[in-house]
Amino acid sequence: MTTTTSTQVSRQIYLDNAATTAVYPQVVEAMLPYFTTAYGNPSSIYGLGNSAKEAVTDARRRIAAHLNVPTQDLYFTAGGTESDNWAIKATADAYQAKGKHLITTAIEHHAVSHSTAWLERHGFEVTYLGVDESGLVDPTAFEAAIRPDTILATMIFANNEIGTIQPIKELAAIAKSHGVLFHTDAVQAVAHVPIDVADLGVDMLSASAHKFHGPKGVGFLYIRKGLKTKSFVDGGGQERKRRAGTENVPGIMGMAKALDLCMADFDARVAHELALRDHLIERVLAEVDHVRLNGHRTQRLPNNANFSFEFVEGESLLLSLEQKGIMGSSGSACTSGSLDPSHVLLAIGLPHEIAHGSLRLTLGEETTMADIDYTVESIKGVLGCLRMMSPLYDDYLHGRKALTVIK
Amino acid sequence: MAYSDKVMEHFTNPRNMGEIDNPSGVGTVGNAQCGDIMRVYFDIDDEGIIRDVKFKTFGCAAAVATSSMATELVKGKSIQDALKVTNAAVCEALDGLPPIKVHCSLLAEEAIHAALWDYAEKNGIVIEGLEKPKTDIHEDDEDSEEY
Repeated sequence: MTTTTSTQVSRQIYLDNAATTAVYPQVVEAMLPYFTTAYGNPSSIYGLGNSAKEAVTDARRRIAAHLNVPTQDLYFTAGGTESDNWAIKATADAYQAKGKHLITTAIEHHAVSHSTAWLERHGFEVTYLGVDESGLVDPTAFEAAIRPDTILATMIFANNEIGTIQPIKELAAIAKSHGVLFHTDAVQAVAHVPIDVADLGVDMLSASAHKFHGPKGVGFLYIRKGLKTKSFVDGGGQERKRRAGTENVPGIMGMAKALDLCMADFDARVAHELALRDHLIERVLAEVDHVRLNGHRTQRLPNNANFSFEFVEGESLLLSLEQKGIMGSSGSACTSGSLDPSHVLLAIGLPHEIAHGSLRLTLGEETTMADIDYTVESIKGVLGCLRMMSPLYDDYLHGRKALTVIK
Repeated sequence: MAYSDKVMEHFTNPRNMGEIDNPSGVGTVGNAQCGDIMRVYFDIDDEGIIRDVKFKTFGCAAAVATSSMATELVKGKSIQDALKVTNAAVCEALDGLPPIKVHCSLLAEEAIHAALWDYAEKNGIVIEGLEKPKTDIHEDDEDSEEY
């Protein structure tokens, strides 16, 4: 979007790390040789190809070790969206002789929910589990929804909007006890919450490099050994004949380096983000009227805060904050390219007019306490202006009922 | 989605924002689908000239900017001239809106009509060319869903 010169500010505070993260300079460095000097195709038989193949194998081994999965069960993809599509559509295809029923949640990323919707258009049945007001799936409701023809459950590990972390280990155990396969979209979780895949007991797990300071356009899917899930992208025999296409060698090397770096300082980074997140949440809830925290208070991503502010609209809020140098995001209809507010905010029970006024701030390791304090002060200032402009706030102050146009 | 500099300027410094005590007419309209709500207040003199106009809007930057521009365009005008201020004129004055935001300019036009309707009812007059406004413009706004 364009901004006028008069609104340019020097201070820039990036609080949208759930959208994407900055690529670490060391990651760029690790990628560079694979563009210009070690550019071979891993499928080629001469030395240049072999060294590229060895590099990819090394990256696979390092990433697999961080997640505690066997190296050969990790498949590189073009990102989280491809991983989700593959896991869901190809697994449904492979197991449809057993049944054509899937279970998911009402708060999935569109990469999952649009994949399950595609399956519904192709003869599958999908149960969408609701969540409670903190965004948690009820394991008992999940177990009750399992039918003899249920083949796959797919549930988001940590929600991209409200940050709520599901009890994935418990949910995966329930699935296993009923012979149902379990996939989790862990795009927001990898490198942000501790993940031991073997301990979790999931059958498939999706991730994306650019959510943890790696490059865009590369990710992976873990597929437990023994699953019949076939290739989703047809072509050559790469990735043990399961994912065709010449490997994105620089991207894969960048992803491995990014995860190495994130896991090396995991404890310190998460502790830093947690302290800032809690300070942000506590200050906003204490100092702003007519606000609610969306998502679970404690069982949430360490870098995620999501608020709804009554009487204001999200896009206005975002653009006003941008003019103060703060970059965040909103579940407001007006920022999404559609006119409807976020399905996640509606699923946790927010009425439309409250869902319109949501603000998601996702912190990073470079965020400082001073940034958070400046952000809180900016939010208070911007809210003051926007509420003064709001007919809804006017009606509230005068004890009038607002014009009811909200469905 | 990119807004024009003019939209951002009106969003940042909205003209005529506020309310009028004992207005000659006041109208509130909303779009139930996207949630935007706009309220317009008029101070109209005995000659039928809009002496002052104020607005309050709940909505995105486009809704605020169109409210600001629409009120600027009708201020000081006669009722008949104010009726000629269309959403297209508001859009044009703002150097255009992104396609998905064009419905916001409908809100401004309807809010002005709603406030004029209220003025006419209070004074027991009929304003030629003014039809009873809708309180929810979404029913007339199906095309904008296609994005």
